[in-house]
Amino acid sequence: MATMLEQPEVLSAGLVPDPMLPMSYRIQRVRQETDDTFTLELLPEDSGERFSFAPGQFNMLYVFGVGEVPISISSDPDDAPMLKHTTRVVGTVTKAMRKLKHGETIGIRGPFGTHWPVEEAAGRDVVIVAGGIGLAPLRPALYRLMAEREKYRKIVLLYGTRTPEDMLYRHELEQWRGKFDLQIEVTVDRAASSWRGNVGVVTTMIPRAPFDPSNTFAMVCGPEVMMRFTVMELLKRGVVPERTYLSAERNMKCGIGFCGHCQYGPTFVCKDGPVFAFPRIASIIGKSEI
Amino acid sequence: MGTLRVMTAQPLQVGDNVVIEREHLEHLLQSLFSRGYEVIGPTRREGAIVYDHLKSTEDLPAGWSDEQAGGKYRLKPRKDSALFGYVVGPHSWKKFLYPALQRLWHAARNGKGLLILPEEENGRPKYAFVGVRACELHGIAIQDKVFLDGQFVDPNYKSRRENLFLVAVNCGQAGGNCFCVSMKTGPKAVSGYDVALTELLHDGRHYFLAEVGTARGAEVLEAVPHQPASDADRQQAGRLLDETARHMGRKLDTRGIKELLYRNYEHPQWDAVAERCLSCANCTMVCPTCFCTTVEDVTDLTGGHAERWRRWDSCFTVDFSYIHGGSVRATPRSRYRQWMTHKLATWIDQFGVSGCVGCGRCITWCPVGIDITVETGAIRASDLVRAPADQSRELP
Amino acid sequence: MIHTLEPILREHPFFQGMPDTYIQLIAGCSMNVRFEAGHVIFREGDPADQFYLIREGLVSLQLVVPHDGLTTVMTVGNGEVLGWSWLFPPYRWHFDARAQQPTHALAFDGKCLRAKCDEDHSLGYEIYKRFMQIVTERLESTRLQLLDMYGNHA
Repeated sequence: MATMLEQPEVLSAGLVPDPMLPMSYRIQRVRQETDDTFTLELLPEDSGERFSFAPGQFNMLYVFGVGEVPISISSDPDDAPMLKHTTRVVGTVTKAMRKLKHGETIGIRGPFGTHWPVEEAAGRDVVIVAGGIGLAPLRPALYRLMAEREKYRKIVLLYGTRTPEDMLYRHELEQWRGKFDLQIEVTVDRAASSWRGNVGVVTTMIPRAPFDPSNTFAMVCGPEVMMRFTVMELLKRGVVPERTYLSAERNMKCGIGFCGHCQYGPTFVCKDGPVFAFPRIASIIGKSEI
Repeated sequence: MGTLRVMTAQPLQVGDNVVIEREHLEHLLQSLFSRGYEVIGPTRREGAIVYDHLKSTEDLPAGWSDEQAGGKYRLKPRKDSALFGYVVGPHSWKKFLYPALQRLWHAARNGKGLLILPEEENGRPKYAFVGVRACELHGIAIQDKVFLDGQFVDPNYKSRRENLFLVAVNCGQAGGNCFCVSMKTGPKAVSGYDVALTELLHDGRHYFLAEVGTARGAEVLEAVPHQPASDADRQQAGRLLDETARHMGRKLDTRGIKELLYRNYEHPQWDAVAERCLSCANCTMVCPTCFCTTVEDVTDLTGGHAERWRRWDSCFTVDFSYIHGGSVRATPRSRYRQWMTHKLATWIDQFGVSGCVGCGRCITWCPVGIDITVETGAIRASDLVRAPADQSRELP
Repeated sequence: MIHTLEPILREHPFFQGMPDTYIQLIAGCSMNVRFEAGHVIFREGDPADQFYLIREGLVSLQLVVPHDGLTTVMTVGNGEVLGWSWLFPPYRWHFDARAQQPTHALAFDGKCLRAKCDEDHSLGYEIYKRFMQIVTERLESTRLQLLDMYGNHA
């Protein structure tokens, strides 16, 4: 269920809140995560900014004169209005974004989209399956879970990447393991022999992960193929489809349901998603060229 | 030249019907101009009837009609001098409510920051549309749902829409590609207008039956010489509309159409149409409800000044669905399927109504004459997965 | 006589549904083994006459790839089965298997079981059916690995 969170009121000349006008944010820090992925840490230009978001939501990030891209927010909602965005360099805008430095400005529109309904996980085991950069949109949910750890039973994070060098937030993962009664299993698709951990796709860790399928809340994010097979394994183990959530991705030009680009079957990924309960997209996931 | 009729003492009310003589129609436009409206209506240009600014009733395509078929549009002269004796052309009113090219904002860099500069006042025009057909009223209502009724509101659309004065015209003839009757969007305009006109030519007379739709419409019509409509006038108009309804060029069976298309994603008809579809995007450009756009961020040579523009886009382009490394809908087959399924099926789940108003423009302006009613019919005829109620039907 | 490993086998999902007499028989061909971290359990090319059920630990399947060196293609962990080459000629290992951590496993005498499967085809059916399941699961995961899902395809 989408919640209408506080939208900062940016007004157009017609004095109607204009959701196409970006707000100015300043870069505090640029951090290289892996060889093609980086994180921007941002603070609003206007220190009175009341920005708040829910885990799973995204912003449209604007690089002056270059363009705009949708990127999930990957910081702790409790740290807002400070924002972190982790992204890969994949095109013109992200390439230009990578060249920005501390003190420079970026435009932000948002937050948009549906969120991980972590409140529904209360009293249950929580299974989080992340693939590659899919951990970034899940990180805010993890912060939420840890902020109120006693509300949940077992929490298991299964994280798969291409190689050990592609892992995000390694240091943080180590800290969480120790501090929060969180079981974290990582695996890679391929590794040199110096890697002492699991090798194999993340789905192989599901059959033996320690959670009770009859009382589990699952969140999955990663490449579409990975999400499809992950959900299959979760359902095989008996996790209820209505309590299994995914985050989808599509081309977006506006983020507000007007440009039509993000349509995925009858849904708009920008407003009916990006977080979907599995039954909503069960009939279209995996259908070719939908 | 008719005598100037005395206007009735009582002011016009919503629901009133009056008669306006042909020679007095000019007063309607003058009434609109005097209230500061830019009047937009049909006019003849480059072999078609398009929507553009009107300066007077002289600009209307008097005595012209149109002939439409799959991939065909021709103007031909009428035997009479009807002002609205044709159906719809390549333009739809979205051209004015949601312009093909619109600047959203412009900004300058100040130091390291970003300063958004406001758009000027003249970006918010006041239009009066004259000659809006019933199907087009539905088209506008459908776009209202997209831009005004969701979580977000488009401020440009909102201001143009709020300022809009609508003069509807009931169709006196059906076009070769029309199927408003199937889509339940016409031929009679029933709501959403300020004034609705039915043009009547018979027994040497040329006049309009005008229906008052709103208080605003009543106010504008007060300045136009008119007399109360008689029952005979009303019956004449009713008969004309019945005739129009009987002569639709096309039919579309809309029973269970959403489920039909949802269960036929892999129907071979998509391959058949893909062999002909050029992905030219004409259908999306002429369709009154298609609303997809793209956003372009541009900068000047110094890099100090940037603008964001919005322009019409089409799901038929290859990069419409581009996402890291490739397009989700890489084949023309998938893109045609996306357009048609969206228009007739997923639109219903998204907005509660069909996206199609039965105007037939997509059929007329398709260079290869692909017909949405024929394509739907073909899928229905050889439905891959029978709906439970149809299990008794024999396989063809 | 009840072999001490029988209860362990009965509990394990891999042997679920297997008739008791076969469980006894297989238990008779099994024993507990322990490997230190770094220990090479078998090498590519060695005769494949055993299979293992990992009770606790982690084993990597590795290949020497020119230029890349020793590469791990898959790991097998708690509760998983290691090795099916003992079932199919020429009964030789296709990979190296190295314990990544101290590993505790059950080792099964494949040579002996092969002979018993030849004698008793019902036993053969139970064994091959279960290994077929393992092979298909591994094949599916390998295919997903091949897709390079996380690769930057831009």
